[in-house]
Amino acid sequence: MFKDVEHLIRLAAVMLLALLLFVVLRAAVVPKSFGQYGHYRGNAISEIAARTPAFAGHDVCEGCHTDVVDQKKLGRHANLHCEVCHGALAKHADDPAAVKPQLPDTAVICARCHEANSAKPMSFPQVVTADHAGGLACGTCHKPHTPKIEDEPAKTASAKPVGGTR
Amino acid sequence: MDITRRHLLLLLPTAAVAWKFVEAGTPEASPNYNKSEHWWGMLIDIPKCIGCGSCVRACSEENDVPDGYFRTWVERYHVSDWNIERPEVSSPDGGKQGFPPDQISDGKNFFVPKLCNHCADSPCTQVCPVGATFVSPDGVVLVDKNYCLGCRYCVQACPYGCRFINPKTNTAEKCTLCYHRITKGLTTACAEVCPTGARQLADLKNPKDPIHEFLRTHQVQVLKPHMATGAKVFYNGMDGSVR
Repeated sequence: MFKDVEHLIRLAAVMLLALLLFVVLRAAVVPKSFGQYGHYRGNAISEIAARTPAFAGHDVCEGCHTDVVDQKKLGRHANLHCEVCHGALAKHADDPAAVKPQLPDTAVICARCHEANSAKPMSFPQVVTADHAGGLACGTCHKPHTPKIEDEPAKTASAKPVGGTR
Repeated sequence: MDITRRHLLLLLPTAAVAWKFVEAGTPEASPNYNKSEHWWGMLIDIPKCIGCGSCVRACSEENDVPDGYFRTWVERYHVSDWNIERPEVSSPDGGKQGFPPDQISDGKNFFVPKLCNHCADSPCTQVCPVGATFVSPDGVVLVDKNYCLGCRYCVQACPYGCRFINPKTNTAEKCTLCYHRITKGLTTACAEVCPTGARQLADLKNPKDPIHEFLRTHQVQVLKPHMATGAKVFYNGMDGSVR
């Protein structure tokens, strides 16, 4: 019935080889986990998740520094996490002896939040630091962990908080 | 041509090797953190934002973001009474060092923190020609930097301007919603350091997450809802002039 089929078989063999080559190459080139969840490398997810955090999180801080936590509860900064002002301290949490945190400069760090700006909520305490402190660092009068002044001096016009529009 | 024993002996090992490669491509099982139990988003409470830039600094440090580039930033809006359609928006150094003092008395002024909206139907992942960016099974838009070509399609496609090309790696980069933190049970770096709680990580699949109560009881919007991106960064108290 089939005469002279030899060339067809030869062609089929060539095509089969090509297909085999394609399968091998594709398997070699496409990453292992590609398509695990969708059209992307599934392992990328675990690679991104594997990075180490720089900020320890307040639960870690409060594990050791209970004295500061108690102190903070008395003032307006009760809900502030430690790393808001003290910066990323996961390395310190890992090895408290070797990595010591830097004491923040109150002249800079306080102003970032409390510098008067009309875009800040009205209820938020704000001052024009240049008028209010006259170059003094905030820490001179205020205690950052319990920020209230025991004997509050009579408010001058410049020391009055400047409100926003809301 | 007959397939002789010789041919078969040549063909079979080759096929075996090929099959091993195919098998090697089969995905492995994923580790402990269960992706299917989470659907991440974020809540931003605009009336609480004081524009201190803590989030921007923390993000830069946590994620090693190059100077002058931002995965999150804070914008200051000034909307005058007579031209609410054209707000003046400023963001000096992304708001990284806070905002300079001012006492503008007219119009409406407020801060708007911005970040990737982790869209459920994200335009940026749809345009990626190589599958280097994707929405993870837990709803976070991520970039596979080992697979990214740096073609910039996604940078153009993002309607929120949340992507950039990292000058060191020449690959696309964006907010990962601190994926390396949230999968370890921590909150994002920006939410961790937000002094007023204006930023809160939200797990929409967790019925105990306070986000559900908040969404029910507040007038919450997303950015550019008309683009139907399925944005998952929810803004409370957002003015209509915010773009």
